Amino acid sequence: MPAVYINGSKVEAKDGATILQAALDAGIYIPHLCHHPDLEPAGICRLCLVEVEGRGIVASCQAQVEDGMAVWTETPMVQKARQISLELLLTNHLGDCLSCPKDNECKLQEVASYIGINEERFKQLRMLAPQFPLDESNPFFLRDPNRCVLCGICVRTCDEIQGIGAINYAFRGFATTIATFGNKPIVESNCESCGECVVRCPTGALVPKNYRKPAKEVKSICPYCGVGCSIYLGVRGNEVVFVRGDKDSPVNEGQLCVKGRFGFGFINSPERLRKPLVKRNGEFVEVTWDEALDLVASKFSQYKGDQFAAVASARCTNEENYLVQKFARAVMQTNNVDNCARLCHAPTVAGLNIAYGTGGGTNPISDIDGASCIFVIGSNTTVAHPVVGTRIRRAARRGATLIVADPRRIELFNHAHVCLQQRPGSDVALLMGMARVIYEQGLHDEEFIRERCENFEAFVESLEQFELDFVEEVTNVPKEKIIQAATLYATRKPSLIIYSLGITEHSHGAENVLALANLAMLTGNVGKPSAGVMPLRGQNNVQGACDMGCIPASFPGYQPVKDGAVRRKFEKAWGCRLSEKPGLTLVEMFQEALKGNVRAFYIVGMDLAYSMPNARMVWEALERAEFVVVQEILMTGTAKFAHVILPGASFAEKDGTFTNLERRVQLIRKAIEPIGDARPDWWITCEIAKRMGATGFDYSHPSEVMDEIARLTPSFAGMSFARLEGAGIQWPCTSPDHPGTPILHIEAFNTPTGKGHFSPLQYKPPAEMPDDEYPLILTTGRSLYHFHLSMTRRVEGLLALHPEERIWLNPKDASKLGIADGDKVKVISRRGEVFTRAKVTEDVAPGTAFMTFHFYETPTNILVNEALCPIAKTPEFKVTAIRVERA
Amino acid sequence: MVKEAFDIDALIERHGRERSSLIPLLQEIQSELGYVPKEAIKAVARELDIFEVEVYEVLTFYAQFRLTPRGKHVIKVCLGTACHVMGGQDIFNYVSQVLGVSAGETTKDGTFTLERVACLGCCGMAPVVAIDDQVHGRQTISKVEKLLREHAANDVGKGEHVTKDAK
Repeated sequence: MPAVYINGSKVEAKDGATILQAALDAGIYIPHLCHHPDLEPAGICRLCLVEVEGRGIVASCQAQVEDGMAVWTETPMVQKARQISLELLLTNHLGDCLSCPKDNECKLQEVASYIGINEERFKQLRMLAPQFPLDESNPFFLRDPNRCVLCGICVRTCDEIQGIGAINYAFRGFATTIATFGNKPIVESNCESCGECVVRCPTGALVPKNYRKPAKEVKSICPYCGVGCSIYLGVRGNEVVFVRGDKDSPVNEGQLCVKGRFGFGFINSPERLRKPLVKRNGEFVEVTWDEALDLVASKFSQYKGDQFAAVASARCTNEENYLVQKFARAVMQTNNVDNCARLCHAPTVAGLNIAYGTGGGTNPISDIDGASCIFVIGSNTTVAHPVVGTRIRRAARRGATLIVADPRRIELFNHAHVCLQQRPGSDVALLMGMARVIYEQGLHDEEFIRERCENFEAFVESLEQFELDFVEEVTNVPKEKIIQAATLYATRKPSLIIYSLGITEHSHGAENVLALANLAMLTGNVGKPSAGVMPLRGQNNVQGACDMGCIPASFPGYQPVKDGAVRRKFEKAWGCRLSEKPGLTLVEMFQEALKGNVRAFYIVGMDLAYSMPNARMVWEALERAEFVVVQEILMTGTAKFAHVILPGASFAEKDGTFTNLERRVQLIRKAIEPIGDARPDWWITCEIAKRMGATGFDYSHPSEVMDEIARLTPSFAGMSFARLEGAGIQWPCTSPDHPGTPILHIEAFNTPTGKGHFSPLQYKPPAEMPDDEYPLILTTGRSLYHFHLSMTRRVEGLLALHPEERIWLNPKDASKLGIADGDKVKVISRRGEVFTRAKVTEDVAPGTAFMTFHFYETPTNILVNEALCPIAKTPEFKVTAIRVERA
Repeated sequence: MVKEAFDIDALIERHGRERSSLIPLLQEIQSELGYVPKEAIKAVARELDIFEVEVYEVLTFYAQFRLTPRGKHVIKVCLGTACHVMGGQDIFNYVSQVLGVSAGETTKDGTFTLERVACLGCCGMAPVVAIDDQVHGRQTISKVEKLLREHAANDVGKGEHVTKDAK
């Protein structure tokens, strides 16, 4: 550790630290503007000048400390030089501080007051009227070049942290400005509106629009995707007015995406449900809680047993999910309880369970940083899980090998070393083809396979059919690329696999997952840091909804309902008899409802009428059902089918826990009172149960529910709200002194034999293949600016950034159909038709089309096939045969 | 005619993919096409694995680069000290008005590009106008009008408006 003398006092500095860093760490202020601790030093603003004995004036952010160096920060020469730099900056800065949104938080004010300015000169120099036009194009933030000091923090943030490169310096001399490519408004650039630059801008050049300063901050977890970014909710009155990322979180390290940072408007939306509603003569009528709850309790009492089905919410907390399955099992006496994971990652749970014995991702998000090779397949990460996406981009820029496989030319292709554009539904062939290359070239990890795995011979035998000519034909990926990808994945260790719904939402989704699990075992990439298999879970608490037993065959912690000992444990704890018959999965519930076998539904926080495949079938089933209760925060497409709507509290209005995609259980905290007469979901479920005469639903706080979960669930045994303060704990956490488990399967797998299980696989085509009548394959996915339907559409800015559906068509297909970009089209499948507009783009391959499912106006899921994966019962969202016509 | 085609593979072959290849690449594209089109920026950014906006930064920093196509004839009106004193600004204003373009712009039909320059190094002949690098000294508005007409007339069916507007 070098020791330097700053103003005569000895300071111990870190190796390689700059003088500025050493001084700031030692509590010695040196004025600076362009320095930011998250970014590489730039040496632009010339304010951090100091005098080094024997060297003269140097920029302290650029000079590294040397042992014995003598630094003076306040000599007359230093002060004079800084003053000149400052005055030159102020010359080009609009001087109306009081009307600036950054007033009092401005770093330029801070340095100006520290350095001091010569009033006479300042009077002559300062800019009195704006000289550059504002860029107001982004709905969430404003760019004001008149307040820009050209420190470049925004440019470096966009480059170093986000890996986007939307902005840079442009022009020169007095005309120098920060511009997008072509100097267009920011909204027309490749900016992803994450706001990371806005957070770091030292002046009023980048400010959030309509900013109101919060009166207090409450730590919580982002309610959108499964990454589980830690956030602070800024509260003013009973309103959430601001959100910022939590720098101390190992999950997001302060970063957020556009939805997490700016998408909080739904919380205080005037459209929030404020009163319980009961449908009378086809109209919803406001009623009191007592009326609503008594009605629900008396009705539900008539539908006990398997004629009842509960749909739990991946948006709600672990405690609430626990209560929903407890209610279904203990009070309604059925295992008919499921959650939206059935539509997305049930194949992950099933597949990873078969292969590794635990249905969760093997490694933490932060392991991306250390991976030598990252293989992303079936995940448009920068759109669907943006904060993980930027981490992948950063890793690739640092030198990690990035392999990306996706039927669409997604954004990550721009950062990848190998891009594989496989045909939708051909993943097993692609992955087994890669496995065959690895095996044939002898790149597999023999020792790992011998010591840690089983069933290898059967797996090797099944590689037989995956000759590369066949694989190329099925996947449409050139052989050379398959060999290249396989070789890189097998040799650049540690290699990490990241995947999402492009793998799971198939009629053979579990087999896709098994193929990935095979690949990781084959190369010994499991149970090690920065290796493993990382499924990117969709919703904020979809991991938790499954963990809590909101699945038809398992109690919390994946304890099977068929296991007598487990059942008896829960019977004893809950004081009731429990069914041993696994319940219906989500799609099956509605298929059975159509047959009249399921007659009552309790649907918590899920807009399933628009997010399930073959949506019309679901609508009919909901209409057919005799009693439907929907618990929601906003009026959704599903709520319209309800007989009773119960207004729930949003994540900002209650305490509880969410579990993210790396199995990390994290606390959310009540920041505001529930809107209107809304109530926390845990309270509502308990009230219904109590009014039905059930016992065991008397909780005064969700922490008591967590204590019960810990008592009954071995993998949660060590959890409590007190322990979850801070960054949370990754399950399994088996005792109060267990630190949690960031990496699974280090010593042994969790399977009955303790061995990783290889699965022989066969290629199966998707359930629906294109034919003469329906010649295109439709694949569906998400947009960066929306999550599902109801929440993001209540955020004006998100809707402005992505206002309507478009079907993506390859120019070749479009011209064959006589369709131009922006044309109105009709999209037809075997199940229905929707109208939308065309987006003609090379980003989809010929023969493939793409749509999102974010708009009630274009209910894409009407089209989608409900063919189910036989193992996981997940429908095939990713492959639907369609026909497109001009409309 | 403005050429649109550029062979990015051949260019990369010659200059390589280093960051330091950026300026030579852009220079060669400009010498081929007369300017650096958007498609070329995208191709260069892709090949060098840098952001498009970084290429844009370099292009806008150096005065030598042009982002819009050049006309068939480039008119440089000198506004150096001597030319300025001798009425260069009036000549510039006249040409600008007749062609309907500002400095750095090209007429819609692609015939003329107007540029303002600081000195052409022949102050003794002020005010000076250069068309396609041929210098014309001691210019007056009527002389410039004639020059424009002559250059326009060389292009069949083009430049009619110059004659008309000039009257």
